[in-house]
Parts: sequence; C-alpha cells; structure tokens
Amino acid sequence: MFFHWLEKNPFYFALMVSIVISFAGLLEIVPNFASAARPLSTTTPRTVLELAGKNVYIKDNCIACHSQMIRPFKSETDRYGKYSLSGEYAYDRPFLWGSKRTGPDLHRVGNYRTTDWHENHMLNPPAIVPGSIMPAYKHQFTNVADIETAYAEAVTVKNAFFTPYGPEFKRTRKAWEAHRPKVLEDAKKIAADMKDEGVKKMIANGEVPEIVALIAYLNSLK
Amino acid sequence: MQSNAALEYDYTVAKLFTYVTILFGFLGMLVGTILALQLAFPELNYLIGEYGTFSRLRPVHTNTVIFGFTVSGVFATWYYFAQRVLKVSMAESKFLMIMGKAHFWVYFIGALIATITLVFGISAGKEYAQYEWWIDIVIVIIWLMWGVNIFGMIGIRREKVLYVSIWYYLACFLGIAMLYLFNNASIPTYFMTDGLGSINHSVSMYSGTNDALVQWWYGHNAVAFGFTVPIVGMIYYFLPKESGQAIYSYKLSLLSFWGLMFVYLWAGSHHLLWSTVPDWMQTMGSAFSIVLILPSWGSAINMLLTMKGEWNQLAENPLIKFMVIASTFYMLSTIEGPIQAIKSVNAIAHFTDWIPGHVHDGVLGWVVFMTMAALFHMAPRMWKKEIYSKKLMGIQFWMQTTAVVLYFTSMWVAGITQGMMWRAVDEYGNLVYSFIDTVTVLHPYYVIRGISGVLYLAGFILFAYNMYKTITAGRKLTEEPQFRTPMA
Repeated sequence: MFFHWLEKNPFYFALMVSIVISFAGLLEIVPNFASAARPLSTTTPRTVLELAGKNVYIKDNCIACHSQMIRPFKSETDRYGKYSLSGEYAYDRPFLWGSKRTGPDLHRVGNYRTTDWHENHMLNPPAIVPGSIMPAYKHQFTNVADIETAYAEAVTVKNAFFTPYGPEFKRTRKAWEAHRPKVLEDAKKIAADMKDEGVKKMIANGEVPEIVALIAYLNSLK
Repeated sequence: MQSNAALEYDYTVAKLFTYVTILFGFLGMLVGTILALQLAFPELNYLIGEYGTFSRLRPVHTNTVIFGFTVSGVFATWYYFAQRVLKVSMAESKFLMIMGKAHFWVYFIGALIATITLVFGISAGKEYAQYEWWIDIVIVIIWLMWGVNIFGMIGIRREKVLYVSIWYYLACFLGIAMLYLFNNASIPTYFMTDGLGSINHSVSMYSGTNDALVQWWYGHNAVAFGFTVPIVGMIYYFLPKESGQAIYSYKLSLLSFWGLMFVYLWAGSHHLLWSTVPDWMQTMGSAFSIVLILPSWGSAINMLLTMKGEWNQLAENPLIKFMVIASTFYMLSTIEGPIQAIKSVNAIAHFTDWIPGHVHDGVLGWVVFMTMAALFHMAPRMWKKEIYSKKLMGIQFWMQTTAVVLYFTSMWVAGITQGMMWRAVDEYGNLVYSFIDTVTVLHPYYVIRGISGVLYLAGFILFAYNMYKTITAGRKLTEEPQFRTPMA
C-alpha cells in the first residue's frame, strides 16, 4: 500500500506533505494577486509625516483594539461611512485591518474627528468619551517620531514596488536633508490646531513629536 | 510500540526545553492575565509607563505563548519522544547532541531578545508576525537547527516505520517553515537607502488586500501547524504511552492526518469574510472550514476510542483526565471555529470577544492541557523520580478546567451581545447604540474573564511547583515505569 511505503521513506513523506500543504496557498492567493494590488484612481501614497504616524500606530499597536475595515453592512456604513474598497489599501504595507474592535473602526476617522479632538482624547480618553477603557498615550507628546525612517520607507517602496512618489525621493542623505523641511512644514500645520506648547516647541527645534505624526496619519484616513 | 530496555536515552536537551516551556508558559499567562484585568480595570494600563499599555503588551502575550511556551513545548517533547519511537539515543551522535544544545541556547537567548523588542514597540505590524526582519532571520536559523535534528534522527533511526507522531512533527516543521518565510518576506528600509533611519524597520513584500491574504493564510495556519498539528502528534504518543492502550484505528489516523494537511490551509480566508478579498476566496475559506470538522474530529474521536473499555483510568489517573479533557476541548474548539466561519455567523462574531473566546478554549483547554500532561508524563522518565503530588495535580486540574469554562462562556456572551448591539436599529432604521454603549456593557464579562485568568495562572503555578518538587524532592524510581506515571 502506498501509505505504508511512504511511512518508511521520510524524504518522500516530507515531499508529499509539502505538496499537499502548498495547494491552498497557490490556488487561493495567486489568481487575484495582480488585480488586488491595484490602487483606486483616487488613492495616493502617504506623505512622509503620515508614514511616520503609521509607524507610531504600529509601534503603540493600535491594531490590537482598532480595525480599519468597514464591512458592507448598513449598520457599519451608518456608523463609520462608506464600506472599504480593496484599492484604497494598495499602498498599505503592512495592511492594518485589525481583527478586533475593542474600540471603533478607524478606516474613515479623518472624516469625523479633528486634530483638536485627537489631542484631547490621546491625553485622557475617558474625559472625552465617558466610560472609555482606552489608556492615555501621554508619551506620544514627548517621544520623537522617526521621520527619517519614514522617508527611507517611502524611498524603499518607490524603488521596490514603483509606488508613485515624486522624483525628489532618492536614496541619498542629501535628498533626505532636502526633504526634511517639507515634513516639518506639514507637522507645523497639524500643531497649529493643537494647544500643547511642548509639541510646538519640539517642532521649532526640528523634531516631530509622535502625536503630531499620528494625528497626521489619522486625519489622512478618509 | 514495544519497549526497548537495552537503549539508554539521553534527555539533556529535552530537560532544557522543559524548563523554558514552564518559564515561558508562566510569563505568557502572567501577561495574558494582566491584559484581561486591564480591560476590566483600565487603571492597570499605567503600571510601567508606555511599556505597560494593553496595546504594547498584547503582542508580548501572544508571541510568548506561541513562540515561547508552545514552541518550546514542541521542542521538549520532540527531543524526548523522537529518540524513543525512532529507537536511537541522542548520545549516539556527537553531532546531533552538540546541535541540540546549540539549538536550545540560540532559541532561548533569541526568544528573550525578541520579547524585549516587542516591549519597546519594534514591530513589523502584522499580528502574530510582529518580529522585525533580523529576528525573523534568527527564527529561521532556530527552525533549521531543529530540522537538522529531525532529519538527523530520522537518518540514523533503527525503527524503519515512522510513527504517527513523527508525521505530525514533520508536518509542523515543514508547514511553519513555508508559512513563516512567505508571510514575513519584507525589505529592510535601511539597506534600500544610504543607511537612512532605523535598522529596525522593514516593509512587507505585499500590500493591502494581498498582504491581508498572505497574513491570514499564515495567521490561521500558524495555529494549524503550531497549535494543532504538533499537539495532535503529542497526544498520539503520550495517550497510548500513559494508558497502555494501542491507538484505536490506523485508518482513522491516516484519514485525519492527510485530511488535515490538505484542508487546513484553505480555511485561512475565513478571517477575511466580508472584507475586500474576492468573494470566491471568502466562500472557499468558509466551505473548507466546515470540511475541516472531519479531520479534526477524526483525531479526537480516535483518541477517545483508544480509551474504549478503559474508562476506569479516567477516575484513577489525573494524566488521563488531562488528555481526555484536552481532546474534548479540541472537539469543542474545532466545531466552534467552523460555526464562526459561516458567513452569516461571522457577520456578528467578527471583531468581537467571541473570537478571543474561541482561541482560548482551544489554547487553554487543548494546547496547554496537553503540553502539561506530556511534561508530567516525561518528568518521572527523564529524572527517574516519582511525581511529587497527585493531589496537587487534581486541584490544578479542576482550577484550570473551571477557568477555561469561565473564559469561554463569558466571552461567548460578551461577543454575541456586542455583535448584536452594533447592528441593533430602532423602528426608523437608526442605530440604537453608540459605540461606547457596546463597550461599557462588557464590563462584567471582562471581570469574569479576569478572574478566569487569575485562576488559570494559579493552576499553572501549581503545575510548575509540582514539577519543581518532582525534580528536586520526588521519590527515586529504580526502574522506568512501563505505562501509568507513578505519583505520590
């Protein structure tokens, strides 16, 4: 019998297992790969500041409690806005759909929350939403966001995956130094709507606090 | 499975992995309990500044339990039983012995460093795959070192036919290797530029919907090949060894194994129902999840039938109790999963606490119970000592069983309550509840879950204590016990 033979021949056994477990991945993931990677005509890549904010989102692991996936149900579109489309995520590496809503979905949070709201909320969530069990993220007001890494990320995805960033995105330090003022400019615009003096002072010193980058990212979720 | 008294097996590596299984089990469950309590009492988020928030600690819990506790449990049992079913001793090959020890130390130090990076928020952002690219490389090396032992031991084996447990461990090795490599494929940004920014950052090879598909193909099947496959392998070895009963059916073993291998990987897309992945993939994931009941229950029923005519052992031997309840929770969990994978049920269940509820009846009830039973079985044979206390084992059993039941019942109620509240509309079709209403209503269930966590953790501490006392103060055994594990 075939299986008795297989059980005496470890190499063929391992080969057989490998073949059997490979089927599903090949047949499910490969056929739609190209079409699933296509952006909507309106989707644009994130700015460096927003990318830095996305990395704060990952660092503080917001995904543990917040999804970014509005399902096509009336109860969801009423609550969060239009249901999510595949192309909207085309520049998201990694995807941040999440798997648990201990807090609400954030995929279109930029449509209905403001910089000011986020600032107050991140300092003390229950003060803004009574009954909230979300912790405060005060450290984001003093930690410095890593905008240089965010720039490196933009350059990487541009070169590796043809993400449409402009010609000024180059791999050199010089190109980064040239781009840096633009990031600080964006950060200043966010900070203008905030009341925290420390945040403004940091930006004046050429540093972007994590909270500013995070808010820039959250505002871009629309 | 005849006994072979002539061969002296060498348990050096198995013992080392046994220690860290207990250590990581304790740490993982401790952090898990803290997380559960944080949801009930949010003030607990501020114990250690930015490093102690729920969000930062959650990956520490999941990764410590998966890559710490479970994986070292798999290694510990492998280094124990592989020698015995392949009929070779580790001591026979100097090379395998050195590689085994090296495997342990690279693993242990790697796991500690990896855990620390998570506390500091160094994360690639994908659930259960947070480790940054250079830790991924270390993990691949650790995995390959295990592979060296697997194929080395098989290469020098005396018993030519591979026993069922070996099939499962081999599949665990191959499956995790494939999944881990593809899902963690990423590009470090530091090297794609002239050294700009942090070295601890990379971007995924896949984007958006594709990334989601690859991630859940991985995420679901890391469960398959980490939490199911090797644990089934464990019970195929340890239940017959503990009970003295031969496995009920070879054909059922065959069907369950190959069925599981083929079907499991299709089911990954049931994590993405109602999302933006193509409809046909969602349907496929849903359908194969239902089919998955067959091979899962096949193994579990095979185990229960193995005990046919010997059910008196359930009352007499706490280890049999552990293994039988583990099979039972496995059956519960593998019927619950397919139910949640039905699209209409998933519409309510997804994003709610029913999902962690499902995970935990599987992991606490099946994986941890089975692993502890295996280590209890191994201890008297590795250290040649009697188990320190049968009574403690009984207390532990009931504490932890109660804890699991509290956990999943509270999370079922919490999940379905929340899912129904999210979609509730009044007579005009307007949403009835704001989001925060659906959070505050869960408080009592979060408290119950917190209690269950404390209870389970306490049970695990009893287990660790019992193991410690067995090793240090257990009564000496003059000869190796044949089947039933001796206990005082």
